[in-house]
Amino acid sequence: MSLVAFLGAIETGLLYGFLSLGVYLSFRVLKFPDLTVDGSFPLGAAVVATLITKGVNPWLATGVAMAAGALAGLCTAFLSVRFNILNLLASILTMIALYSINLRIMGRPNVPLLNQPTLFDGLEKLLPIWVILLVGLGLTKLAMDFFLTSDVGLAMRATGMNPVMANAQGIYTNRLILLGMALSNALAALSGALFAQVNGFADVALGVGTVVVGLATVILGEAMFPSRTVRWATLAVILGCLVYRLVIAFALNADFLGLRAQDLNLVTAVIVVLALVLPQANLLAKLKRN
Amino acid sequence: MISLADIHVTFNLGTPLAKPALRGVNLDIAAGEFITVIGSNGAGKSTLLNVISGDIGCDRGSITIENQTVTPWSTARRATLVSRVFQNPLAGSCADLTIEENLALAFRRGQPRGLRPALNNRLRHQFRATLASLELGLENRLSDRIGLLSGGQRQALSLVMATLAPAKILLLDEHTAALDPKTAHFIMGLTAQLVAEHHLTTLMVTHSMRQAVAVGNRLLMLHEGQIIFDAAGADKTNLTINDLLSRFAGDALTDDSLLLG
Repeated sequence: MSLVAFLGAIETGLLYGFLSLGVYLSFRVLKFPDLTVDGSFPLGAAVVATLITKGVNPWLATGVAMAAGALAGLCTAFLSVRFNILNLLASILTMIALYSINLRIMGRPNVPLLNQPTLFDGLEKLLPIWVILLVGLGLTKLAMDFFLTSDVGLAMRATGMNPVMANAQGIYTNRLILLGMALSNALAALSGALFAQVNGFADVALGVGTVVVGLATVILGEAMFPSRTVRWATLAVILGCLVYRLVIAFALNADFLGLRAQDLNLVTAVIVVLALVLPQANLLAKLKRN
Repeated sequence: MISLADIHVTFNLGTPLAKPALRGVNLDIAAGEFITVIGSNGAGKSTLLNVISGDIGCDRGSITIENQTVTPWSTARRATLVSRVFQNPLAGSCADLTIEENLALAFRRGQPRGLRPALNNRLRHQFRATLASLELGLENRLSDRIGLLSGGQRQALSLVMATLAPAKILLLDEHTAALDPKTAHFIMGLTAQLVAEHHLTTLMVTHSMRQAVAVGNRLLMLHEGQIIFDAAGADKTNLTINDLLSRFAGDALTDDSLLLG
């Protein structure tokens, strides 16, 4: 693998790191299987690209993109806790709705961002993009650690683990699900907004399979670096993100494997299966018995 | 002071499967009372507890705690006034959180939760002192996951958690039923100790007539959703299992488990 391909993989891994932290929050902390991110990731890209081409400051545009993502997460959580729609279904409904909304926001399926100002403009001259992303992701991770070990954050973790107990401890579980889903999808939208600015476009099809990528990185991280504390778990998620991208880049670049770009989703599925199966230490024994 | 006035609860109300669980329960609980509740299966014991905690809403009637009408309050809101221990030792704590994290959750019951760190050294010190009095060695395992503890240890911890923050009433839902006899005995002793220490008003549902007679200073017997027997003071002190048997044989006491427990 060339250095360019390597740095490209790292950069993409860091871009999706924000999404992975969001997916960790919904899937692992709240135990809420959330497919909304398939819509909120491109939502972030759509909002940021549209606003920037209209002359809005990129920082402000990124902030608005995150707010839009939070709103999408709130929508899913509201459908689930207020109207008792099954959580998975609620998230699918929001995801489907977001496809139309993203088209409406952009006015067409694709908005190029070439020769437009981005968040990285001033910084890019000082540092490579991957360093900027690494710092941003690191700060986000630290903020998340702080939040999840605070009184509210602990209550949110209890909400996901044992809602009956949480209620009996005076925790308003519904409110925390709303809050957590908003944060989770704000992170997914941030990921999308940064993706659009780094790669120079927003596309309505950008979100396809986002949730699988998010899950793959979370599962991969947990499998490689099993940890009980929040601080290590969030670090594992980020490392999972980087390893995932490197494995993908390696698989697609290794000529002897004969894989091509269109095999990306197949490779992803195989990685997730391996990450789920390999930690089962008694696998060999099980296979022998059968 | 806690008052239940004319409480009616019907499961599956408005369907052909409608089943009355509580039929006009009136109950005044004075501060400091330790009430034991017995009754056969389906008598409404657990429903009574769940109505007070807010997990089950009532069709009719009102509940007041310390002059506040809490009838429309959610479980989470009532947690400012009510604490409880569940029958299942696994239900009252989070297996994947550490002992100190579970205690921190319970410590904040009834208070608004903000962005301050949930744990600090002052709290840890306090938790360690509280756990040391259990003499289970848990004070040295603050950062162990609760899932590593035995059922008895978890139930002991649930009791401590229920008494960590102030409450107007402590609800115990057959909290020794899932334990072996020796552990159940230990948990019952701990219950009496904590209730006395914190001057708690307590409502304990039990499956064991012997336990109901031996513990507390007031006894209620429920049958088909109504209170059919209420003994307090000297009546309760002098009450024996045989008294209950002779009075209710063939009627409310058809359930063998009440005698065997």
